[in-house]
Amino acid sequence: MKKLTKIATVIIAASAILVGCGKSNSSSSSSSASSKAVSGKITIVGSTALQPLVEKAAENFQTDNSKVSITVQGGGSGTGLSQVQSGAVTIGNSDIFAQQSDGITASKLNDNKVAVVGMAPVVNKDVGVKNLTMKQLRNIFTGKITNWKEVGGKDQDIVLINRAEGSGTRATFETNVMNGETAAKSQEQDSNGTVQKMVAETPGAISYLAFSYITSSIQEVSLDGVKPTDANVTTNKWKIWSYEHMYTKGTPNAATKAFLSYMKSDKVQNSLVKELGYVSIGKMKVQKNADNKVTDIK
Amino acid sequence: MINGGELSENSFSSLPNFGGEVILMDPIKDKIQSTSRETRQDIVGKVLSYSCISLIVIVVLSIFVFVATKGLATFVVNKASIWDFLFGTNWNPSATDKAGNPLLGALPMITGSFGVTIIAVIFAAPFAIGTALYMTEVASRRGEKLLQSVIELLVGIPSVVYGFIGLSVVVPFVRTHFGGSGYGILSGAFVLFVMVLPTVTSMTVDSLRAVPKYYKEASLALGATKWQTIYKVLLRSSTSGILTAIIFGMARAFGEALAVQMVIGNAAVMPKGLLAPASTLTSVLTMGIGNTVMGTVGNNALWSLALMLLLMSLIFNIIVRFIGRKGRM
Repeated sequence: MKKLTKIATVIIAASAILVGCGKSNSSSSSSSASSKAVSGKITIVGSTALQPLVEKAAENFQTDNSKVSITVQGGGSGTGLSQVQSGAVTIGNSDIFAQQSDGITASKLNDNKVAVVGMAPVVNKDVGVKNLTMKQLRNIFTGKITNWKEVGGKDQDIVLINRAEGSGTRATFETNVMNGETAAKSQEQDSNGTVQKMVAETPGAISYLAFSYITSSIQEVSLDGVKPTDANVTTNKWKIWSYEHMYTKGTPNAATKAFLSYMKSDKVQNSLVKELGYVSIGKMKVQKNADNKVTDIK
Repeated sequence: MINGGELSENSFSSLPNFGGEVILMDPIKDKIQSTSRETRQDIVGKVLSYSCISLIVIVVLSIFVFVATKGLATFVVNKASIWDFLFGTNWNPSATDKAGNPLLGALPMITGSFGVTIIAVIFAAPFAIGTALYMTEVASRRGEKLLQSVIELLVGIPSVVYGFIGLSVVVPFVRTHFGGSGYGILSGAFVLFVMVLPTVTSMTVDSLRAVPKYYKEASLALGATKWQTIYKVLLRSSTSGILTAIIFGMARAFGEALAVQMVIGNAAVMPKGLLAPASTLTSVLTMGIGNTVMGTVGNNALWSLALMLLLMSLIFNIIVRFIGRKGRM
C-alpha cells in the first residue's frame, strides 16, 4: 500500500509537471482572452457523504474549464484525511474536523468548509414514535431503553442500527447526542443507502441518517419538539449537524484554488448544495469549531 | 595451448595456402560455436518466464510482508497482547481498558467467520455433490450443458448483488420464519451457501470425471445397481477430490466480505445464537478501513485482522495439499 501510494504520488507529480508544462505552453500561445482559464489535475478522495456533491460540482466545473481534469473518489473520511496528509491526493474530503481524527496533524492542513449536513434519528414507520427527548434518544443508544413502549410507542423491541465506528456520521451523532456516553454494542452499517433500506424493512429499527436520505419509507424523529429541518440547522435549534470539509495541504495550485472557490460560490451553494440535500454554508447563522463549541456569526 | 599455437604458426607460416583454408573453415566453426536462432529463442523464453515468475513471487512476498508488518505492529508498536487479540471478546479499537491497552478482542469476529463458513459449507456440500452426480451420471448431454451454464452464471454474479438479494429476500425470510431481526449468522450462511455452491459443484464434477471409467464398468459388470456404483465406487474413489472442493468452498466463504457484511448485522459482539447480529473478520475490515488513519491503533488492528485472514487462507491451502497427497494413494 505504501509502495502503491508512492507510485501514485509519483504519477500524480509527474502528470502535474507535465500538465504544468502544458499550461505554460498554452498560456504563452493563447492570448489574454482566456486569462481566467486554469489547467491541471485534481484528485479528490474521502467522505462518501460529500462525494455526490463534489462529483456533480466537478462535472460542471470541467465543462467550463476543459483543461482541468478532476477525479473524485470515495473511501471514507479517514482515507481522505490520511491521503491528503501524505500528499497522495490534492484534496481530502472529510465529514469531521481533522483535529477530531487520530493520527492527523491538523495544523498541516487547510480547512475548506463547503457545506453543512444535518442528520436526524430515523425509525421504522410502525414503531409509533415521532418525537423523543434528547435523553430518551441517548438512553436508546446506550441500551438503557430497549422497548418502544417505554417511550410511548408500540410494545416492540428496539433494534439499534449504529453507523460504522470512526465514520463521520457516527462521530457527529456521538458528539451531539451521546454526551460522552458509550453507545451499546449493536449492529453497524457503513452506507447511508443500506441503513435507509434496513430501517424501512426491519420492525423496531432505529438509526440516524443525513437529511438527504430521509424518504417517506422511514419516519424521522423530532427531538424535544424540534423538527429536523434545514432552517433549524442554520440556527442550531437542531443540534445534530456537521460541516463537510475539503482539506488541502500546503498552498494549493491554481486549478485547486479555482475549484475550491467554485465550490463555495453562489452557483454551487444556491443550486447543487440544496438539490442534493445539504445546507448552504452561507445560510448558517452559527458556527461550530473543532471542539463542538457553537457561536453566532456576526 | 599457447605454445602449440606459436609452434604451428612458426611451422606453417611458409605455406601460403593455409590462410585460405582457415578462412574456409571459419563459417562452420562459427556456426558451431555461436548461438543459433533456436538457442536464442530458448534464452528469451527462459528469461521471460523467469522474470514473470519472479515478478509474481515478489508481488506475493511483498503483500505478505506488508500485511505481516502492518498486522504485527498492533502487537509490537501498540503493545496489545496476542492472547487478548485471539481470545478477548471486547472489540473497540478507539477505546482503551483501565491499564491503557487498546480493546482488541477479535474472538467475536473469528467466531462469526467460522460460524458462517462452516454452516454455509454444511448446507452447500450435499447440494453440490447431488448436482455433480446428476451432471456426471444421470443427465443427458443437453441437461448437463444446461446445468453447467447455470453454474457458470452463478459464479459470474457479483457479490454485491448477492448481498442485495440477501438484504431484500433472505433477511425478511429469516425474520418471519426463524425469528430475531433477521440479521445474523444464519442469513450470512444462507447467502454464502449460494455463493460457494458453484465452486464446490464444479470441482466435485471434475473429481467425479477423473474416476477411471473401468472402475464403473467393473462395478456394473459385477451386477451392482447404478446407486450402488455411485455410492460404493464413484464417491469412494473421489473422496479426496470432493474434500478438496469443500475446503476450497470454505476458503471462498471465509474471504467473502461484501455480501456477508450486508446481512450479518455487523455487531462486534460474541454471537448469542444463529439469529443474533454478529460480525466476521471481513465485514469489520471493509467497514472500518476507510474510517481509520494509517498508522493509528485502529488501523493497525484492522491489519491484524487482515493478517489473520491471510493466515487462514494459507491454512486452507495446506489442508488442500494434505488431502491431495493422502488421496493419491
